[in-house]
Parts: sequence; structure tokens; C-alpha cells
Amino acid sequence: MSTAVAGTNYLNYPKGLKSWLFTLDHKRIGMLYFFSILFFFLVGGIFALLIRLELMTPGFTIMGPDTYNKVFTYHGTVMVFMVIIPMIPAAMGNFILPMMLGAKDVAFPRLNLASYYVYLFGAMVALATLFFKGVDTGWTFYAPYSTRTGSAAGMMVMAAFIMGFSSIFTGINFIATIHKLRAPGQTWTRLPLFLWALYATSVIQVLATPVLALTLVLLALERVFGIGIFDPALGGDPVLFQHFFWFYSHPAVYIMILPAMGVISEVITVFSRKNIFGYKAMAVATFGIALVAFIVWGHHMFVSGQSHTANFVFSFLTMFVAIPTGVKVFSWVATLYKGSISFYAPMLYALAFLFVFTIGGLTGVVLATLATDVHLTDTYYVVAHFHYVMVGGTLMAFMAAVHYWFPKFFGRMYAEAPARVSWFLIFLGFNVTFLPQFIAGSRGMPRRYYDYVPEFTWLNQLSTIGSWLIALGFVIAAVYLAYALFKGPKAPANPWNSRTLEWESESPPPVENFSHDPVVRHGPYDYHWEAK
Amino acid sequence: MSSPHQSSSSVEHHVAHHFKDGEHEFLTAKQGMWLFLLQEVLFFSPLFVGYFIFRHMYYHDFHVAAQQLDWVMGAVNTVILISSSFTMARAVSNAQKGKREETVEALLFTILFAFGFLVVKYLEYSHKIHAGTLPGHFFHDAELLKAAPHAPLFFTFYFAMTGLHAIHVIGGIGILIWILMRARRGEFGPKYFTPVELTGLYWHFVDLVWIYLFPLLYLVG
Ligand SMILES: [Cu+2]
Repeated sequence: MSTAVAGTNYLNYPKGLKSWLFTLDHKRIGMLYFFSILFFFLVGGIFALLIRLELMTPGFTIMGPDTYNKVFTYHGTVMVFMVIIPMIPAAMGNFILPMMLGAKDVAFPRLNLASYYVYLFGAMVALATLFFKGVDTGWTFYAPYSTRTGSAAGMMVMAAFIMGFSSIFTGINFIATIHKLRAPGQTWTRLPLFLWALYATSVIQVLATPVLALTLVLLALERVFGIGIFDPALGGDPVLFQHFFWFYSHPAVYIMILPAMGVISEVITVFSRKNIFGYKAMAVATFGIALVAFIVWGHHMFVSGQSHTANFVFSFLTMFVAIPTGVKVFSWVATLYKGSISFYAPMLYALAFLFVFTIGGLTGVVLATLATDVHLTDTYYVVAHFHYVMVGGTLMAFMAAVHYWFPKFFGRMYAEAPARVSWFLIFLGFNVTFLPQFIAGSRGMPRRYYDYVPEFTWLNQLSTIGSWLIALGFVIAAVYLAYALFKGPKAPANPWNSRTLEWESESPPPVENFSHDPVVRHGPYDYHWEAK
Repeated sequence: MSSPHQSSSSVEHHVAHHFKDGEHEFLTAKQGMWLFLLQEVLFFSPLFVGYFIFRHMYYHDFHVAAQQLDWVMGAVNTVILISSSFTMARAVSNAQKGKREETVEALLFTILFAFGFLVVKYLEYSHKIHAGTLPGHFFHDAELLKAAPHAPLFFTFYFAMTGLHAIHVIGGIGILIWILMRARRGEFGPKYFTPVELTGLYWHFVDLVWIYLFPLLYLVG
């Protein structure tokens, strides 16, 4: 076992490529995830820019319909399975979770490393489909099209199957770690909300992912052997695929958003210097969302031909998501109230989150309503809605997390001025991209087409210009963060005066996380504890 | 050669650095295994749900198709698997007591039962391949198709469910062989028997799945 040597940290000890590739240290595995995810984010982002470029003008702009189908499929698949799902739990969570608990590692370090390589292998298989005629099914792989299309859909669903296990492994690891490896004094009511969020996320990962995994196996078997479960010609039922798919994929959107909410809870209290408003309500709401997640999947299928009763029940149940979500939003706002707020980059992203996520959430209620959804199904309104949640929610929170924990990860500070410029471009660009899509969608512009009627041209051009603003924002972020990584000023142990445990350790932390065995004596947001 | 009643493990186990002690490590590993098994339940669940839905939709056809299964074979396999669960439990308790020879012996019997199960499964499968009672497009029993047009779907579920279960049995055999080799080296004793215990949990789960599959496919027809 590697023991701490004075003056060393997890980044520089032990040395060598092999020590990184076979590392069992959760911090290094988190970093492997982090940089892999950044790479896939670049890939998915390029596909997004291509989509927007094609939609710059009606008709053929840079690609024909068949290529377009593939481009939006890759954008969706890469972003969902390789970026947003592992983005916060596997990258940020891996690093931060044991440190917040005061543990030396996650419960099962080897399983953790395995999860990374399973993820990487699955991602490679997914990208390899590009060389086998590509995939054009959309990321949802709906049967019967996906069982018949000549593209590499079979290979792609196997890639998603493989990556699913990476997600399951991470979930198992996190639950066991939170249960068994808390430092003395780290009671359940002192658990930072980020950890409650990761816990609830892990529960979904463990319970929902296997359902998708098996469904994808059945889909692949359907393609190869024609086994008939999803094929109406053989007595099967394609709607059953949708049920199975959304039984996972609705909870999956909470795999994406719950950790983001956790990050926001941390950042908002730190930069308001106030305890979170309603800690227990927040923790309960986190689990409330995870619980409701499992009983609302049918809202994706209002026009699929499921029964009216089912439509009614799913619409009704979906409304319940708004309650715990509302609790959270009000709680964050109440935390800001009378706080001493400082506008560092993490906080700017958190505030952007509050703004855009609320729009994403409220338009979700519009879509949950049966009558309006029938009108809006498969229009750009839906596209705008889920981008407001996934990008406006998860990606903003991810950026908040990256800036917040950057000093802890790398022991260096990023430059605040370019961070604000980049934040402004991303926030502005995001709204310029997706607000017009609400308008286009509510007026009936369908999604998944490479073409549209000329009336929608100006809205689409606005949207495309927005996508360039976002891209510019991220290019700037890449530059100043890369600079900070190598040349940034040395970070102190706790630059933000946070109260959670990871900041008690040096930046970057030693191999064993803490140079002493941590004992917790106060709550995670007790900013005025010393004064008492 | 070691004595038959060795009282403790001869290979020392090191507790990983992030645990307080061996017990802490054991309890954590056990919780991880339970979580994995929970995941397994949900992994099998689409097949069970799908089977119930289609059985409800094509009740008559599923009834007729199920008659093709040989319940005697199914019953024999049920007995074999329950016996293997018994020997597995013996292996765990012997490992806890540090009885090396007995542990190895019980594991060996478990592996033999598992192979026995696969042999019976092989006989059943080859009979079905012969008779043409196969999933989807591969189905070519014209007479049965006339009596029950949706029989192919029943066999889709039959092969998918028993096939996925058989894969778990095969995986289990691999793990059991690995555990057996470690037991022979004397790695397990009162202080450290985690792998045997976890394999036991897994093996009982595989057994339990079959306990559901047997009546569902062979008997309720
Ligand atoms: Cu949903």
C-alpha cells in the first residue's frame, strides 16, 4: 500500500503512466473519468454544432437527411450515455464523495477502476459504430425501426449496455461507501446535500439501469435472430420497448439532474455564507424525486397508443415531480435571502442554474399536462425543455462544480476574470440557442428533421448563432482552465472558506486523503460555528 | 499435505487500508453483494414482466406451447439446484470454521451439481432444436403453429429466461472454481471468508431464480 510521503500528493505520487492506468485511488479514477468525459463532451459538442449549422437554412445546408439522422443520433447518444450520466457522479463524485465522508477511499476500489474501464470500452464501441455505417435511430432506439434499420444500431445498443454496467458499479460503490465509510461524527444529518444527492442517484443507477440493459439485449437479439418480443409481425409489441426504455430513461434524467442539484446546494450555501434553508426538507425532497422517478415513465408515451387511463394516471403522477423540485428551488432562493453573497464563477453558474433550471422545470409541467403534450409531442418545444434541464441544469452545475473544486483537484487557482467572460457567453448563448426553440416548437416545428418551413428560418438562425456563443464560451473556459492547471497560482487548502470535510485536507490532497484521521464536529454548512 | 481439521487459514489476509478491521471490510463487501443482487433482480425483471404480459395476451397459445416442456426434466434440475445450494451453504460454514478439506469438498460438489444442471439443460435444448420449437423466426413446428400461432413467442421467453439463467450458472461455475482454488491454498478461515460467503449469496440467488422459472414455465401451463 502506498503510504503518504511528506510533500507528496495524489497527483505526483506515485509517478508514471502505469501508476495512473492501474490506480485504485478514487481521486485518480475520478480524474480519469473527468478527462475522458471532457473529450466525449467535445465530440458530442461538435455533433451539436453540426446540427445547428445544418438548420441554419431550410433544406440542404451542409448535409442531407440521412447524414443528419446520424449526426443527431450521435449527439444524443454521446451526450446522454458518455457525458451527462457519468459527468457529475463518476467524475466529481468519485473524487469528492470519500473526501466529504472523511474516508480514505470508496468501499470497492477495484470495482471503481473496473467501472472506468467498462465505461471507456463501451464508449469506444459506441464511437466505433461510426466506421460501420453509423447509427440513425436517435438515442432512444425505438423498435421496430431500430430492429430493422441497416445501420450499426445493434453495436450501439451493446455499447449502451456495456456503459450501463459502469453506471451500476458506480452506484453500488457509492451506496456502500456512504453507509459504511463515514468518519467519526459524520452522522446522517451532517451529510452534505451533495452526498444525499449522490445516494439517491446511486439508488436509481442500481435499480433502473439493469432494466435498460436487459431491454437492449432483447433489442439486439431481435435484430440478429428476430425473436419477436418487440416485432408486431411476430406477435410482439413495440410499445413494450418504449415502456421498458422509459422505465430506465425517465429515472435516468434524475441520474443527470440530482447530482447537479447536490452541487448547487453546496455552492449556494458556501457563496451565501449561510446554512442551507431547510436541510431536512432538501434531503427528503432528493429522495422524493428519486421515488417519483420510477412511476412516471408513461409521460413519454402519451401518443404511443397506450390506454387513456394510463395516460391520465401518468400525467397525474408526473405532476408530483414538481413538488419536491419546487421545495428545492424555494430552498435555494431562501438560502440566498439575506446571505452575504459573493459572485465567484461557481456561484455565477449556480445562479444561472437557478434561472434556466426553473424554466426547464416549469415547461416540464406544461409537457406533463396531457392535453398540451399531445400538441407539443415531437416538436422543438420538447427539445428546448430537456436542453433547459440537461444543459441548463446539469451542465451549468457541472461547470459550477469544476470551478468550485478546481483548487482541490489540482492545487491551483483559475483566473476569475476570463471565467466570468466565459460564463456570460455560455449563459447568454444557451438562452439564445434554446429560447427560440420553445417558440418554434409551440408553433409546430417538428424535431428530428433536417428541414423546416421558411417561417421558422429566423428562429433557427438565432438558435445557430447561440450555439456559436456557447462554443466560444467553452473554448475560453478550456484555455484559462488549461493555463491554470499548469501555471495557476497555488491554491490554499480552503479558498472558499467551506465547511465540508474535503476542504480540511490540503490542495491537492495527499494519497490517503487526509494527513490525520478526520473527526466531524459540526454540520456541513455551519459557517459561524467557531463564533458560537 | 495439510491436516484434515486445520483450524485457521494458512495464508494471511490483509485488510484494505480504508477499513477499520476485517469485520468492517466483511460487512461492507456483503452490503455490496446485496446491492449487486438487487440489481440482478431488476436485470431479470423485464423478462418476467414481458412473460406475464404476453401470457395474458395469448393465454391459450402459451398454455398449449408450455405443454411441450418436459416437467420431469425441470423437476430434476430443481432438485439438482437445491442440492447445490445445500452444498454451497456447507462450504460457507466450513470456510468459517477454517475446515479446508471440507470446504473444498463442498465446493467440488456444488460445481458438480452445477454441471449436472447444465447437462439436463443441454438435453432439453437439443430436444427443442430437434423439434423446431424455437424463438421467433426459427420456429418450424408447423403442427404446433396451427394449434397455437403465438407459440414462437412462448419459446422466445423460454429460451431468453432459461438462457440468461444458464449464463448465470456458467458464470457461477467460473467463480466457484476460483474460490475452490483459493480454498485449497488455505486462504479462508474464521478471520477471512468473505469470497466464499459472497459466492454463496450469489449462488443462492441463481437457485432462487430457477425456483421461480420452473413453475412459471413448466407447471402453470
Ligand atoms: Cu420523463
